[in-house]
Amino acid sequence: MKDFSDLGKQLYGLEDKLKKYREVLLANLVMIGEIPAPTGHEENRIQFILNRFDEAGLTDSSIDDAGNGIGMLNGKESEKALLINAHADTIFDAKTDHTMQVASKEIMGPGVADNALGLAALTTLPYILEDLEIELNNDLVLLAGVKSLGRGNLEGIRFFLENNKFDIKNAICVEGIQLGRLSYSSIGMLRGEITCRVPETYDWSRFGDASAILTLNEVINKINDIRLPKRPRTSIVMGSIIGGSSFNTIARDATLGFEVRSESQEVVEKAGETISDIVLEVSSKTGDQVELDIFAKRSPGGIPYSHSLTKCARSVMESLDIEPRLAPSISELSALIDHEIPALTLGITVGEQTFKSNETIQIEPIYKGLAQLIGTILAVDGGYCE
Amino acid sequence: MSNLQNWIDKNTYHHSEFWDLKKLVEAKKKKNLTISLCLPTLNEEKTIGKELIIFRSELMERYPLIDEIAVIDSGSNDKTLEVAKNFGADTYLASDILPNLEPKRGKGENLWKAIYQLKGDIIVYVDADISNIHPRFVYGLVAPLIYRDEVKYVKAFYDRPLAFSGNVRPSGGGRVTEILVRPLFSLFFPDLTAIIQPLSGEYAVRREVLEQIAFPIGYGVETSHLIDVYHKFGLEAFAQTDLDKRVHENKPTQALGKMAFGILQTFIKRAKALGIFEKAEHETILRQFQAKRDQYEQNLIEIIEEERPPMIEIEEYRKKFKK
Repeated sequence: MKDFSDLGKQLYGLEDKLKKYREVLLANLVMIGEIPAPTGHEENRIQFILNRFDEAGLTDSSIDDAGNGIGMLNGKESEKALLINAHADTIFDAKTDHTMQVASKEIMGPGVADNALGLAALTTLPYILEDLEIELNNDLVLLAGVKSLGRGNLEGIRFFLENNKFDIKNAICVEGIQLGRLSYSSIGMLRGEITCRVPETYDWSRFGDASAILTLNEVINKINDIRLPKRPRTSIVMGSIIGGSSFNTIARDATLGFEVRSESQEVVEKAGETISDIVLEVSSKTGDQVELDIFAKRSPGGIPYSHSLTKCARSVMESLDIEPRLAPSISELSALIDHEIPALTLGITVGEQTFKSNETIQIEPIYKGLAQLIGTILAVDGGYCE
Repeated sequence: MSNLQNWIDKNTYHHSEFWDLKKLVEAKKKKNLTISLCLPTLNEEKTIGKELIIFRSELMERYPLIDEIAVIDSGSNDKTLEVAKNFGADTYLASDILPNLEPKRGKGENLWKAIYQLKGDIIVYVDADISNIHPRFVYGLVAPLIYRDEVKYVKAFYDRPLAFSGNVRPSGGGRVTEILVRPLFSLFFPDLTAIIQPLSGEYAVRREVLEQIAFPIGYGVETSHLIDVYHKFGLEAFAQTDLDKRVHENKPTQALGKMAFGILQTFIKRAKALGIFEKAEHETILRQFQAKRDQYEQNLIEIIEEERPPMIEIEEYRKKFKK
């Protein structure tokens, strides 16, 4: 590895220099955040970002067939490319009030952290680099990826990775929060829904028994009884539940959203099989229709802790007094790992109330988070991570 | 009244006509104009921060269209001024400007004092309670002043999508506009009915005009501006820009009653001074607006309020009841 102290000089004072871009960055954040972008309907948000790329003089920017927004900043050497990715979709539907509220120290609004801030950082990057007169050796490819969350199952970034013509050397995924996160590996994951339905012609003599909620409750209890190993670390997240319609009518349907996560692919698959058995068992016992729909899977993998890219990012973080928090990821990083591209996920600031309409981020740490992103880009581009 | 329709066609814009901010900034530089943005506030901590971020980013940092942003406050008891200062606005308490004058409290006071405090050749006023703020709220209003020297006063209007069928929809202002101001203008100042939303709080005006008109400090300020500018400079001094949707809190009917009362006072004062009430015949045509796709046109409705005399004056009645 090259001597990191040379890069340290470049990073010195960067955090303070970035303060002058507060309005430009936050205006992008607010304007992006106020454009609804539920998974599969990100086109207005992508168009806004593309307009910004055009304004910044990124002549090669375009929208690909999957709907991803792509900007390209030509490097001096233009042989290899560094990919910066931020997912464009949110969990909030278009009917949600997307108004962002700006207070002195924080900004609040649905999806502000996940991932309006990541997108704002991506969108503002060409403006900042030009103003700071930073010219990169390699091409910088900026990807606002669509259909990433939930049932989207990383469709946008997967399409891009399969069809792009760039020689991508490394990649950085940008998330709004939390500053300090350093993800370099993916865990195994399986995501699905279990839906219970009571047949239209149910037996009245069963009175309260014939409820989709009760049937789903049976499924949940059985999933909860699955014995999970302590090593490799494994968990089953029961993330959401929807069912029924009112106080006094028997619930006709009920749905559980769940995720199995494990460091071991084998354990994930085994848990998946057990859940499938549970569904069959409960269905035959109750006579209700119980369906399992698994729509997303991830395989464990990634670069090792000692990989030069991870080392590099840690050094950048250290120079900015950021405490790295290592955590595996199941987001876009997994798609990059599948394509054997060394990649990291970084967070830009601290925030809370994630996935709620009062999702909030702190303004002040953003400069540190941006300095970390630019520092890591400079490190990769300058050959410090090889 | 085809002249009025001509005026509407010639002086009514949509903000999208001015999307090219680079071109607009060049034209502003060429004409050596300075532009000040004034945000009058009273307890606007929830929306002021966002307005400042967006205006500073888009219209100062990226495209230097405005030269100063000032928040003139009526004495907020929330964090409006703290937030405004934090996001780089020049902040003033209205009572600190021209301190030798007896202080008055009202939005009009802040707008009036802005003329003294701010430096621009053009002052653009934007309310601070808009939650869907966008740079168009400023560039849409200053652009006609930059491109056309004869225009002196540019008023905003908004699309208020009401229930409509086919391709014709009613278009106009809020309740006070449609119930009070439009009927009054139809009666006494028919030319001013060409202004689609006479009460909108967003407008851009040349200093040479602002310094010559009086400012009611309360609800009547927008109405008085229209009458006074019309009287001094004629309808040709006006233009109006469609700024699409404006999202803000809806006011209850009682608050609108107060507003209407203030406007009526201002109107009567001016009508008396101009001798309007002494005119023998008043207009009997109510002028409302309808929009056909992108075209706005007036809808003229003749309403003649005929009267019957007291029954006692009718001969047949007197005979029947022997009176």
